[in-house]
Amino acid sequence: MKTFRMGGVHPEENKISNDAAIEVMPVGKQMVVLMNQHLGAPATPIVQKGDKVKVGQLIGEAQTFMCANVHSPVSGTVLKVEPCKDAFGLAKPAVYINVEGDEWMESIDRTPDIKRECTLEPKEIVAKLKEMGIVGLGGATFPAHIKYSIPEGKKAEYLIVNAAECEPYLTSDYRVMMEHAEEVCIGVSILRKALGVPNAYIGIESNKPLAIAHMQEVVKGFEGIIVEPLKVKYPQGAEKQLINAVTGRKVPSGKLPIDVGCVVSNLGTCFSVYEAIQKNKPLIENILTVTGKELPSQHNYIVRIGTTYNEIIAHSIGQLPETTGKVISGGTMMGKAVVNLDAPTVKGNSSVLVIGEKEALRAEETNCIRCGKCMHACPMGLEPYLFSALVKNNRIEEAKEHNILDCIECGCCFFSCPANKPLTDEIRLGKNKVRAMMAAKK
Amino acid sequence: MNLLNISGSPHVHSDESTKKIMWRVNLALVPALLCAIAYFGINALLVSLISVASCVLFQWLIEKFILKQKSTVWDGSAIVTGLLLAFNVPATVDMMWIVVIGALVAIGVAKMAFGGLGKNPFNPAIVGRIFLLISFPVQMTTWPQVGGLFPMNFDVATGATPLGAFKEGALGEGVTFMDAFLGHIGGSMGEVSAIAILLGAIYLLCRKIISWHIPVAFIGTAFVFSGILWLVDPQSYMDPVMTILTGGIMLGACFMATDMVTSPMAKSGQLIFGFGCGLLTIVIRNWGSYPEGVSFAILIMNSVTPLLNRWCKPKRFAN
Repeated sequence: MKTFRMGGVHPEENKISNDAAIEVMPVGKQMVVLMNQHLGAPATPIVQKGDKVKVGQLIGEAQTFMCANVHSPVSGTVLKVEPCKDAFGLAKPAVYINVEGDEWMESIDRTPDIKRECTLEPKEIVAKLKEMGIVGLGGATFPAHIKYSIPEGKKAEYLIVNAAECEPYLTSDYRVMMEHAEEVCIGVSILRKALGVPNAYIGIESNKPLAIAHMQEVVKGFEGIIVEPLKVKYPQGAEKQLINAVTGRKVPSGKLPIDVGCVVSNLGTCFSVYEAIQKNKPLIENILTVTGKELPSQHNYIVRIGTTYNEIIAHSIGQLPETTGKVISGGTMMGKAVVNLDAPTVKGNSSVLVIGEKEALRAEETNCIRCGKCMHACPMGLEPYLFSALVKNNRIEEAKEHNILDCIECGCCFFSCPANKPLTDEIRLGKNKVRAMMAAKK
Repeated sequence: MNLLNISGSPHVHSDESTKKIMWRVNLALVPALLCAIAYFGINALLVSLISVASCVLFQWLIEKFILKQKSTVWDGSAIVTGLLLAFNVPATVDMMWIVVIGALVAIGVAKMAFGGLGKNPFNPAIVGRIFLLISFPVQMTTWPQVGGLFPMNFDVATGATPLGAFKEGALGEGVTFMDAFLGHIGGSMGEVSAIAILLGAIYLLCRKIISWHIPVAFIGTAFVFSGILWLVDPQSYMDPVMTILTGGIMLGACFMATDMVTSPMAKSGQLIFGFGCGLLTIVIRNWGSYPEGVSFAILIMNSVTPLLNRWCKPKRFAN
C-alpha cells in the first residue's frame, strides 16, 4: 500500500461520527458573512445597509489577485457592514444579514438531478470557479481559480484528490464519499479537464474500506480516475506527503506542487466544484462534523457559511457538556482552538470538535532527554528539538539555516515528545520570527 | 460552564513520557538482576538495593536542599542509574559500602551537577563505575567465585573473569560458550549473562525505546575487529564469539551505550557511535592496561556525541 516514507505518527483515529448521515442545519435569524474567508486579501463588500440579497448573490467581490468572491448564504436585508470577531478573536470585515425567508438566485439549479456533461472549455471552467468563489477546503482555503491557472512554462501531469482525511475525528470527506460519490467524480473530471491531465488519483486512507470500495465502484463510470488506497499514517493527507505517496515525487523546499507537475485538491473542494460548474451554486455551504467523545450524539451537517458555532452547538447537542475543555475547528492534530463561539463559520471549516477537560490540558513539561523521537517523527526530516533550543535563545538566523521554514506544522514532534515540550508552538514562533527577519532585510 | 482552554495544535499527545520510558528500562533490567541474584546470591541483591537506594536518596537530597526544585526521583531515572551501577561492580561484601560512593559520584557529579536528567554529557552509571575502578582497584577486581545456583555463603572466595584470565595469559580455559551465554562466568554482576541482557534489550527494541543501530554497530564492530585479530594470531587474541559474550560488551551495548541522553539522535550518528564504542573496546582490551574497556569506550564516545549530533543530520525531505 502506498505511503509517504519519512516520519509520521499514528494518533488515535476516533472516527466516531462515521455513520452519521449528512443532515441539513436550519438557517438562523441573523448571518454574519466575513469578507476574509480565504488565503489572501479580504473581498470588497458590494452591498450596503438596507440592500435586499438572495441566497447565492455576490456580496463581496475579489478585487485583487489573491482573493476570492464571497456570496450571501441566506436571503434577507443587509443590517450593517462592519468588522466582526472571527473564531480566533481577530476582527475581520463582515456583512451582517437579517434573514428573511429562503429565496435563492434563479440561476442556481436546486433540483436533485445529477448533471454529468460539462461543455465548458478549461479557461471558462477556471473563470467560473473564480465567479463562484471556490477555495480549497482542505484547510488552507487557497483560491481555486489561482491554483487551476497553471503558470506559463509549467505543466500539470497529475491531479491528486486528497481524501486521506488523516486527521483524527473528522468524517466530512468520508460522508461526502459515501453520499455524493458521483458528484465528486464529476467534479474531479471537470478539474481534470481544466488542467488537461490524463489521470486523477483519489488518495484514501485504508481505515475507510467502505469509502474505498464505494469510490472504486463509482469511478468505473468515469474515465481517468483512479482510487489509491493509502496506509493509515498521519500526515498522509499533507500536500507534500500525499504527492510523495501517490507519485513518488518530492516537492523541494520552497517549491509548489506544480513544480513537480502535481496539483492537489481536497475531496470536499471537488464536490463544491461540481456544484459550482454544473449547478451554478456558489460556495455558500460547508460540510461539517460535530463530534467529540463527551457529546451525547455525533453529527455531520451541511451548514450555511456564516452560521455561528453557538448556533451549531445549540442545534446539534443543545449545549456543551459540563466537562468541555476545548472546542476545536478542525482535527486534533492541526485544528485551531476556538476562542469565540459567537463567531461565524467560514469557508473551509470542517468540524466543531469538543474535547474534554482532561484531554484539553497538556502534561507538565520536563527536560529534553535527547531521545530523538521528534526528529524521527518529523515527515520533513527536520530537527524539532534543535529549533526549540534555537528559538528560545533567539538564534533566528541559525533556525533559518536549519530549514525551519520547511516545517508543515503537522504536530508530529509535539505528539511524540515524551518530555511534553511544546515543540510545534516554538517552531511556529520561530517561523514567524524568521519571516519577520527576512521581511526586515528586504 | 468553565472557560474554554486555548492552545496551539496539536491537541492530542501520544501519552509517551520520560517516566514511562525510564520505568520500562527498569523492567528490562529485571532479567539481568534475577540472573545476578541466581549466580551471586544474596550479595547481588543487597548491592543492587543499596546502589538504587543511594542513587535515589542522593538525587532527592540534591534536588531538595541544593537545587531547591521539585523532586524528580519518581521519573525512575535514578533507579536506572542505581541498577546499572550495581551491575557494573562485583557482588562482594565490600561493595556494599563502596557502591554508595559510586552512587554519589554518578548522581551528584555526573548527573545533577549538569542540571539533572537530559543535561548530563556522560552516562552517570559509567562515570560512577570508572570512579570506583580507579579509586578502589583491588575491591573492584575482586570477583566472587561463581557457585551453583543461589549460593548463600558470604565467603570471599575469589574467582577470575575470562577477560582477566586471558590478560594473565590463560586463554580462558574451562569456560564454554554456553557458560558465557548463560552467565556462569566471573565478572561484574549484571554483565555475566548474555541471554538475560538480550531478553531485556529485545523488550526495549519492541517498545521502541532503543533502536538496533547502536547495539548492532557496537557488537558487530567488536566481533569483526576481534575476529580479524584472532584470524591473524589465534594464540594471542581471544576468539570473536567469546569476546562479545564476556565482559561488559553485551550490557554496555544494550543498556549503557543506548542511553538516550548521551548517545546521538540520528541513525547515522548512532552507527558511528556504536562503531567507535566497539573499536575502542577491543583496542583497550588488547593493548590497554585494563582487561576490560567497555566503560572507557562508551565514556569516550559520549564526549563525541554533541559533535555527532552536529554532523549527522536526518535526511531532509526532497533534499
